[in-house]
Amino acid sequence: MGKAEYLTGKLGGMVMGSCQTAGGVFLLLGDTIRSMFRYKIRWDQLMEQMYFIGIRSQVVVLTTGAFTGAVFAAQVWFQFKRFGMESAIGPTVSIAMCRELGPVLCCLLLAGRVGAAMAAELSSMKITEQVDALRALGVYPVEYLIVPRFLALVLSAPILTAMALVTGIGCGYFVAVKIFGVDGAYYWDNTVKFTDRKDVLIALIKALIFGVIIATIACHKGMNCPPGTAGVGKTTTEAVVNASITLLVVNFFLTVLLNALLYSN
Amino acid sequence: MLRLQGIEKRLGGQAVLRGVNLQVGQGERVVVIGRSGCGKSVMLRIIMGLLPPDAGEVIFEGTKLTGLSEEDWNPYRRKIGMLFQGAALFDSLSVFENLAFPLREAGEKNEKVLGEKVAEALKIVSLSGTEQKMPAELSGGMKKRAALARAIIRKPELMLYDEPTTGLDPIVADSINRLILHLGEMLGMASIVVTHDMVSARMVGDRIAYLHEGKIYFEGTPEQVDRCEDRLVRDFVRGHAEGTGVTG
Repeated sequence: MGKAEYLTGKLGGMVMGSCQTAGGVFLLLGDTIRSMFRYKIRWDQLMEQMYFIGIRSQVVVLTTGAFTGAVFAAQVWFQFKRFGMESAIGPTVSIAMCRELGPVLCCLLLAGRVGAAMAAELSSMKITEQVDALRALGVYPVEYLIVPRFLALVLSAPILTAMALVTGIGCGYFVAVKIFGVDGAYYWDNTVKFTDRKDVLIALIKALIFGVIIATIACHKGMNCPPGTAGVGKTTTEAVVNASITLLVVNFFLTVLLNALLYSN
Repeated sequence: MLRLQGIEKRLGGQAVLRGVNLQVGQGERVVVIGRSGCGKSVMLRIIMGLLPPDAGEVIFEGTKLTGLSEEDWNPYRRKIGMLFQGAALFDSLSVFENLAFPLREAGEKNEKVLGEKVAEALKIVSLSGTEQKMPAELSGGMKKRAALARAIIRKPELMLYDEPTTGLDPIVADSINRLILHLGEMLGMASIVVTHDMVSARMVGDRIAYLHEGKIYFEGTPEQVDRCEDRLVRDFVRGHAEGTGVTG
């Protein structure tokens, strides 16, 4: 076989594999949404997952939000000071946090922390036959295992993102006003004046969609784990990498789409 | 009660089952023996609806189960219990919660009733007092017994045992065998036991079926299996590697 044929075959295999995975992810998403309406919500499981995802992720998300806002405010101050535009630091930090930095960084962290945990837990259950045991006891695994995780992440992601925005914008204010001596009244007035509620809406919509992406990819990976303990490690890594890359790619299209929808007039 | 007709299954491009026919009557204990990797566990998974067969039919109490959707299988799964090779207890739940799980799923909410039923099931498998333990705190034999208690707590009509004595010392293995016999007699349930442990097969089987190259090669009572002159069956029963293609 020639080198070109070999490479074409490899590439074709990769494309086919990716298409199969994407198909599997979409089917799981459809099944999860269907199961949400077909079965009763398991509130105890949902609360447990909300605690793990929502409450236990707060420290990491708030820290990231705070330092992102602080560092961004400092960088903007270094540049804007040269043109005497210090009063524009507030809206710049605020809009960047709302539209991009807040939802993307917060959800990338969730992909790492929560996506990895979901994939590892589900794949461990899969290889130790616990998923089969669930099925053998007449319980539909999507309804029992995936719906609570999916709902918890989809609900938690926008809330955590909103918290990251508040801390990020707050820390940006602190750095600009208290450390670099920008006028606080101007800073805040311009922030409120130029930050539209649509900017916040963009952040929340993005976070919600990223939550869907992370939960679906992590659960799909976990439920399709290859046998063996090596499979758990591979699955966990792939879940985080795939969710993060998908999130970044989708972010670009969402940015374009949401701007076109919300700012068309 | 249960009939398998021409079950075929390929896994990873390899034909594992090539037309399995098997029948299990009310209250009957059938042991399926065969070499490792011959498809015994695959057969059980097909009966339980955990794997779809490529061809053939699973007929349970006159109803054809093959072709049913995952969710349509569930009412039948509640009539069939399964003991998994690795016990498959839910490791995030205590023994009590594991045993109460099928009852809660069936709609039982009364904690007193749940407590009584769990205690009764644990007593049957000689594990009384372990309700609050986590699966990680149990030995291999205890895990299997707890899993067995979970499988029988809803009193299924058919029990499937996947290698129930594998990895257990002879004393614990004997206790599991006695338990299988005891449960069959006490609850009147039919059983299919998949094993390559001949001691276990002789002890619990009303009938033994030898699975070879994806088909039931020989079927008979334990006495008939012991008297069988067929070389393949004889070598397996006596544990001889000669003639099987396996040499030291």
